[in-house]
Amino acid sequence: MKLHEYQAKALLDRAGIPVPPGMVAATPDEAEAAARGIAPVAVKAQVHVGGRGKAGGIKLARTPEEARDAARAILGMDIKGLRVEKVYVERAAQVESELYLGITIDRDRRRPVVMLSTVGGVDIEEVAARSPEKIARGWPDPRLGLLPFEARRLSFEAGVPKELAMPVAVIAEKLYRVFTETDAMLLEINPLFVQPDGTLVAGDAKLDVDDNALYRRPELAAWKETTPDELVEERARELGFSYVQLDGDVGIIGNGAGLVMSTLDAVRNAGGRAANFLDVGGGAKEAVVKAALEIVLSNPRVRCVLINIFGGITRGDEVAKGIIDVIREHPPRVPLVIRLSGTEAEEGRRILKGAPLVSRQTMDEAAVEAVRLARASREPAAAKRS
Amino acid sequence: MSILLGASTTVVVQGMGREGRFHAARMKEYGTKVIGGVGPGTGGTERDGFPMFDTVAAAVDATGANASLIFVPAPGAADAILEAVDSELGLVVCITEGIPVHDMLRVAAVLAETSTTLIGPNCPGAITPGQCKIGIMPGENFSPGPVGFVSRSGTLTYEIADALTREGLGQSTCIGIGGDPVIGLPTPDAVRLLNEDPATSVIVIVGEIGGSAEERAAEYMRAFGKKPAVAFIAGRSAPPGKRMGHAGAIVSGNQGTAESKVRAFEETGIPVANAPSEIPKLVREALGSAA
Repeated sequence: MKLHEYQAKALLDRAGIPVPPGMVAATPDEAEAAARGIAPVAVKAQVHVGGRGKAGGIKLARTPEEARDAARAILGMDIKGLRVEKVYVERAAQVESELYLGITIDRDRRRPVVMLSTVGGVDIEEVAARSPEKIARGWPDPRLGLLPFEARRLSFEAGVPKELAMPVAVIAEKLYRVFTETDAMLLEINPLFVQPDGTLVAGDAKLDVDDNALYRRPELAAWKETTPDELVEERARELGFSYVQLDGDVGIIGNGAGLVMSTLDAVRNAGGRAANFLDVGGGAKEAVVKAALEIVLSNPRVRCVLINIFGGITRGDEVAKGIIDVIREHPPRVPLVIRLSGTEAEEGRRILKGAPLVSRQTMDEAAVEAVRLARASREPAAAKRS
Repeated sequence: MSILLGASTTVVVQGMGREGRFHAARMKEYGTKVIGGVGPGTGGTERDGFPMFDTVAAAVDATGANASLIFVPAPGAADAILEAVDSELGLVVCITEGIPVHDMLRVAAVLAETSTTLIGPNCPGAITPGQCKIGIMPGENFSPGPVGFVSRSGTLTYEIADALTREGLGQSTCIGIGGDPVIGLPTPDAVRLLNEDPATSVIVIVGEIGGSAEERAAEYMRAFGKKPAVAFIAGRSAPPGKRMGHAGAIVSGNQGTAESKVRAFEETGIPVANAPSEIPKLVREALGSAA
């Protein structure tokens, strides 16, 4: 779960990391009030995507009145498909130079990794790709946390100016504590501004929290926001499914993340495009199949649904019975292609015989058929000819 | 025995709830020596004919179990793994899904200082066909033979094992390592075990988008490979930034793309299947070239 900048900064502030004074605002009036006493300010769109600056989502305002105008321009703006509902109004920092400080999970080393660079303010992945020597890295023992000497070493290895080395190290230690206390997957201050008077202040903050840990972070869980696009994904999650909307027209239902990914790939190999990723998880029974179909069909782009179930503990005959019941009750608006394999698959296929759907033996054959049917419904004339 | 588990493996099940009981029974049917279950407060009782113990230590004292299978729910799963590690079990398999990554970071730090091998979490487990299965995979899809098999995904493992079995290509040991970002036995480590295993003549590596474990496995095989390998990568059509079911299956920036993984294998001379259905053919070719 991604947090907004203003939320992340509130957590940094609480941990003793310097952040500029600021307030969140949902209207131009609120933005003007927020700017009073702290102007000049930066008015920043609060959306869960990167690149908001380039998209015009950050404006500088010298006075509260300008802050109001800036907020009016930014609120309601569409940034990469997300509507801006809130802006953060914060005192504009004075910038002498910019650092990067971030912590994430190093999957290969199975350790947290703390990264510090004097090349701040830009995409750190680009820096990492082009000049990796400009990033100092440390891998603290998660049982001990980031030790003071490790933080100091990062400062010196990154080439932070001598007089700033200790203050930066202290911020790194504090940031590491926030990282563990929030169960973060990523926590980043980028840029970390060095001001002309030699003080440090967090310019932007990114915090991505592990969804699996939200149960023990109620304060963070309360900040959860769901965009309209995510509503379906959210509903699917409540049912125990994993659902991701994509932009093709072949709906996909399967069991197991790897199998579903492979089904998506099979559709692509057959020249089509998947409309979604939907993993029903283990033990797919009638109610599950029904709910999955409803979710996939709620996407108006879907022109055909491909169901790919490999029965392990899940029995093919039970899945087949579920499908039959579902389509008898609610005849789907698009053709269904089904591939059952594994436990009791033959019995399952026998049950499906005669039903208004297409059954195929292998994943590849089913994908080819699903792509053909989706295409046929897009071009009805062509279908008639074939 | 092949690697990690075999006829001499004796298993205790941590978390004898509905899932734990069901799979304990399936494993016993398969021939796995399941010696009992662990649940705090259940010591001295029986569940489905399995003796129960309050702690892993008590179970090991009483039975000499050398492996554990964990079904404990996510909030307590890391603790359950550490309990098994503390009893110095050689193999711990954790099925549990949804364990916080920070918990797994601490577990990984402890594991690095012990000789316990952890498979998972969020995995189907491991099987040495005909000898022992520790996990939730349907045993009938597997058969004994020379193909060593490591996979990041569950159902896809069954699918591919089934295809191999139908083609008469049995397996030495199959390991479903799990789809989480931080796991006990990453792909390169599993590949190393299979590479050193005399019962394995060809290695099948099934990867997914996300992370760089497949690239590292390819690097290992380039330097130390003693036998042919065949690979498959799921998620070639996944768009960046979207997590495909598994917490670990996500392309972020230019990290973890299918292209990078496919390239790493191909540059190592490891053929990459376009679909799971191609794997048996590639395995047969690899076996032919090895013979």
